[in-house]
Amino acid sequence: MTGNFLSDTTALTQRSLRHIARSPDTIITTAITPIVLMLLFVYVLGGAVEAGSDNYVNYLLPGILLITVASGISYTAYRLFLDMKGGIFERFQSMPIARSAVLWAHVLTSLVANLISLVVVVLVALAMGFRSGAGVLAWLAVAGIILLFTLALTWLAVIPGLTATSVEGASAFSYPLIFLPFISSAFVPTESMPGPVRAFAENQPVTSIIDTVRGLLAQQQVGADLWIALAWCVGLLAVAYVVARAVYHRKVR
Amino acid sequence: MSIDLQQVPGQSREPAIQVRGLHKSFQELQVLRGVDFDVAPGSVFALLGSNGAGKTTVVRILSTLLRSDAGAATVNGFDVAAQAGKVRASISLTGQFAAVDEVLSGRENLVLVARLRQQREPGRVADDLLARFALTDAANRRVATYSGGMRRRLDLAMSLVGKPPVIFLDEPTTGLDPQARLEVWQAVRELAGQGTTVLLTTQYLDEAEQLADRIAVLHEGRIIANGTLADLRRLFPPATVEYVEKQPSLEDIFLAIVGGGDTAVPTASTAPVRAAKDPR
Repeated sequence: MTGNFLSDTTALTQRSLRHIARSPDTIITTAITPIVLMLLFVYVLGGAVEAGSDNYVNYLLPGILLITVASGISYTAYRLFLDMKGGIFERFQSMPIARSAVLWAHVLTSLVANLISLVVVVLVALAMGFRSGAGVLAWLAVAGIILLFTLALTWLAVIPGLTATSVEGASAFSYPLIFLPFISSAFVPTESMPGPVRAFAENQPVTSIIDTVRGLLAQQQVGADLWIALAWCVGLLAVAYVVARAVYHRKVR
Repeated sequence: MSIDLQQVPGQSREPAIQVRGLHKSFQELQVLRGVDFDVAPGSVFALLGSNGAGKTTVVRILSTLLRSDAGAATVNGFDVAAQAGKVRASISLTGQFAAVDEVLSGRENLVLVARLRQQREPGRVADDLLARFALTDAANRRVATYSGGMRRRLDLAMSLVGKPPVIFLDEPTTGLDPQARLEVWQAVRELAGQGTTVLLTTQYLDEAEQLADRIAVLHEGRIIANGTLADLRRLFPPATVEYVEKQPSLEDIFLAIVGGGDTAVPTASTAPVRAAKDPR
């Protein structure tokens, strides 16, 4: 009745992907912060870090990947915000298309853009000496968890994208997310931290995700961390999705 | 689906747009306080009013973007509140600010809208419209490089994809130079010539005069006058009419000084005043 969800989403996703293809600088700026952090920690601070791993890049990469996603989704909010501000959003809303296709197009575009940034970061890590003997299944599991994390943060980014009143407001929400990995096991083992900080670091979502990815890449048993990581991702995804949809429906009636 | 809908207004005699007792407030601000009007199928209806009179609010309610607090409205026979999906399939909205994608080319914009409107050959639909709006040469350029007039033309072209029977134009010429304005007027006339119902809002008296079959004046949330230009002329004292006449003259002078232009002014070199006024 209100059009075809799949074909509408496809057409709108292709549109947003063209935006990315025509301003690849958003991919580069997304990847540059994590890459600089990686260089800084490996070549400047890395010598002093006791991470219990002979290859510090291997230890570092999982956290760096999460930072990549956290900085990538600020562009998701930014792109959505620009559509809302310009007249094009109202044009879509006054057309006989599936109501949610506009949001899903932005979500799928966010997944693709983050995937490209992640690949760039992994390539740089390989050049810096990252190595993993993980098999196909372990890699698929890593990809699955990071995809789930990206999807959850993307829906979270939809909320400021829809509600922000300025460009700064639309993208600033991601700063705390970028810094969350600093108080986690991303750069140094949590055992080295003082009590309260350690308690926070060990019980925040990022640590379980990082430990799971690190374990999978190092061909170790991941056990409970995996389930805690999945629970955090799915929980965050569910809450972000419900809130984003509610905000969207209030906007478009 | 859109083809079936399109035949409805031509066959029936009921109004293409019917508005009854429309009320809308934003917090304490009462924007609409009981708006009533009908628009006959295939006609051009101008909603005239100053800034803040509520013109855009009326258009947003009729195009299903906003809910009214009270009152009823139908577009193409469908209730805007209860049958929003069918209303959307019957209309096209060109808002106050060109709703085009700056990153895409003109052609890509049209193809996108054609795909969203389930057209069978989006590429051909796009090429036809590009030719009709004299945009073929700029088809593959990014819209960011277009002039204001070209953007508006593209915006209008996007509204015509799928030939919706009812078109809303919210201040289609605000912010345009006189030249681009004439181009938009030409496009609206063509639309009307093809039997499309057009509701346009404007704050320019001469624009309503040039384009509309009927003109309604929206003032402080109510329609205070509604009729043909001749009807309205009878209502107003001559002094007001003189002011109406005065508005286009500066524009005529401007066009005469800059030498008219190429596309939209047919006999620009000899009689720019006639060309701009286009007596009907």
